Amino acid sequence: MKKRDSAKGARYGMVIDLDKCTGCGMCTISCAAENNVSVLYDESDKTRSINWLKIYMLTNGKAFPHTEVVYLPRPCMQCDNPPCVPVCPATATTNDSDDGIVSQIYTRCIGCRYCMAACPYHARDFNWYDPPFPEGMDRYLSPEVSPRMRGVVEKCSFCHHRLMRAKSKAYLEGRRDLKEDEYIPACVEACPTQAIVFGDLNNPKHRVSELIKNPSAFRLLERLGTEPKVYYLSTKDWVRRMADNYLQEESKERG
Amino acid sequence: MVAWLMLIAWGLVSAFLCLYKGLNQTNMNHYFAFGLWIVFDLSLIALGAGAFFTGFLAHIIGNVFIYPFAENLKAVVNAAVVIGFICYSGAIAMLGIDIGQPLRGWFIFWHANVHSMLTEVSFCITVYLGVLTIEYLPLILSNRKLNKIPELNIFGDNLHHLVALFAAAGTFLSFFHQGSLGGMFGVLFGRPFAFRDGFLMWPWTFFLFILSSIAAGPSFTLLCVWITQKVTGKALVQKGVFILLAKISGWLLATYMIFKILDTIGWAYGVVPRAGLSFMDFYQGSYGVWLMIAEIGVFGIIPAVILITPQLRERNGLLVIGAVMNVTGIVFNRFVFSIQTLAIPVMPFDTFMSYMPTWQEWGIALGTIGYGILLFSLSYRYLPLFPQEAELNPVTIFGRVVKDFGVVKRG
Repeated sequence: MKKRDSAKGARYGMVIDLDKCTGCGMCTISCAAENNVSVLYDESDKTRSINWLKIYMLTNGKAFPHTEVVYLPRPCMQCDNPPCVPVCPATATTNDSDDGIVSQIYTRCIGCRYCMAACPYHARDFNWYDPPFPEGMDRYLSPEVSPRMRGVVEKCSFCHHRLMRAKSKAYLEGRRDLKEDEYIPACVEACPTQAIVFGDLNNPKHRVSELIKNPSAFRLLERLGTEPKVYYLSTKDWVRRMADNYLQEESKERG
Repeated sequence: MVAWLMLIAWGLVSAFLCLYKGLNQTNMNHYFAFGLWIVFDLSLIALGAGAFFTGFLAHIIGNVFIYPFAENLKAVVNAAVVIGFICYSGAIAMLGIDIGQPLRGWFIFWHANVHSMLTEVSFCITVYLGVLTIEYLPLILSNRKLNKIPELNIFGDNLHHLVALFAAAGTFLSFFHQGSLGGMFGVLFGRPFAFRDGFLMWPWTFFLFILSSIAAGPSFTLLCVWITQKVTGKALVQKGVFILLAKISGWLLATYMIFKILDTIGWAYGVVPRAGLSFMDFYQGSYGVWLMIAEIGVFGIIPAVILITPQLRERNGLLVIGAVMNVTGIVFNRFVFSIQTLAIPVMPFDTFMSYMPTWQEWGIALGTIGYGILLFSLSYRYLPLFPQEAELNPVTIFGRVVKDFGVVKRG
């Protein structure tokens, strides 16, 4: 399998500071509103509800008063070596070499769900039901993002339509490059604690390219070789250890 | 007959609900993207391998190298073709319901992603179903009534003369899709339970699936013929045919078991620690280590020993038990690869899940079995499935023993 050439073009990525995240859920809500994510009639079944960005609650497993809790927002990892892209039989998911964004073509997806089986992050959701948008609510849908139909897989696109909008604006102004704050996904914009930073990982002028060099930076399941473009920051050792699997002896080595 | 029709009716009601209301009728979810149907599909395709492998041995190895077993295998090759047709048509019908957008199924061919193992599987099983239909057709045209129409008889004869060509095409296609089905799981580098690399070719589940399917296929053919004998109360093939099928199955299963054990050791000491996991991380809850013991130990090594030992396989009871265990072991293998792979959380803070199918899922799966039994019964009733049947069951007409009562034989 060929990895995408990460030296070419932009590589949009995200750094989420878990020390700043309060688990308020604004990122999830803004993501859903921005991307026309449907709400099921019965949202009690969390194994079927659709969340492009899901928040996990991690605990250090210690008893009070040593208990610590951290919230981990999990959008699509937008892997440089995505396990989901090569498996799709109908080429309904692609890894764009211009921006590194893994996107889903809803009108081409046949709903075989092989990509879901391939993704270890559970970043892909299947529409088990017809998306129920109650009467009147359909008027609040964003015209920039097509709502998905029953029987297809959907996922976080790093608000790709915002990139398109920013690119169009830049083109009209005679520019080729985008400024750092010109394109940011809805979750980044909505975060009240500014825990999420977004930008081009290849661009040294962007903050993200510096933040990922921080010794506290890590990615989820790095040893599988998926090369995620979503990084996390945490000063807590136990949080960093929870980001991947370690053998007992390796855990000891890491303290 | 009524029972099979009821199974089919159950399947049709379930299929209607799934197509009309969607896959929310199942118990699949974001964790279990694959469910009972994929287990059935993988198992049916593995068990249907008897069709191509028997054809390959009878028409190609047997004819070209004039091995003595060609005649014996030709006694079951028709039945194997019908079983293969049933398995593949059933699996494709089930897949048609399993995809979220059945009307877009053709996108796999139109927007084919050549890097996807599923694309290869889809192409090969569709084309191979065509090959099986062509192999089935001369048999259908051998029906006593149809055979009286000269055009159909000539057409059937011509098709029959090309049988070796189709057997070769079937072998080629089958090797690829049986392998690709294994590859489908072996390539999942995000799922350390299924991922296999680092040995000759990536993923090596490709070869394991081919080997296991040709080990189980002849056993399944043997079982179907044996059950037909029991139901009809007639000898349909000579005992030597059963022994030969058991011997082929046994040696292939034994070879497969050696590779499967090596694969498991290689995986446990290679893929697993590299992913930072330990062996027991993969066996939790209802998907405990008993699954591996059942798959490799009980339903792998034991039937292999039974089927390769002449004294054991020549005893009727053990022969059938060996074949049943062999088939069960392969179904276990397909279950483990599709369901357990998805049950195991990869992120350390995720949870281990379990899955139980709904009645609609069971309905479609069991409806396929009902369809299979009905089609096989009808084929037996109206078509010359077993060339040795007439000889083994002579009838007395006006005091004369008749060993050939009008069965069409295509030479």
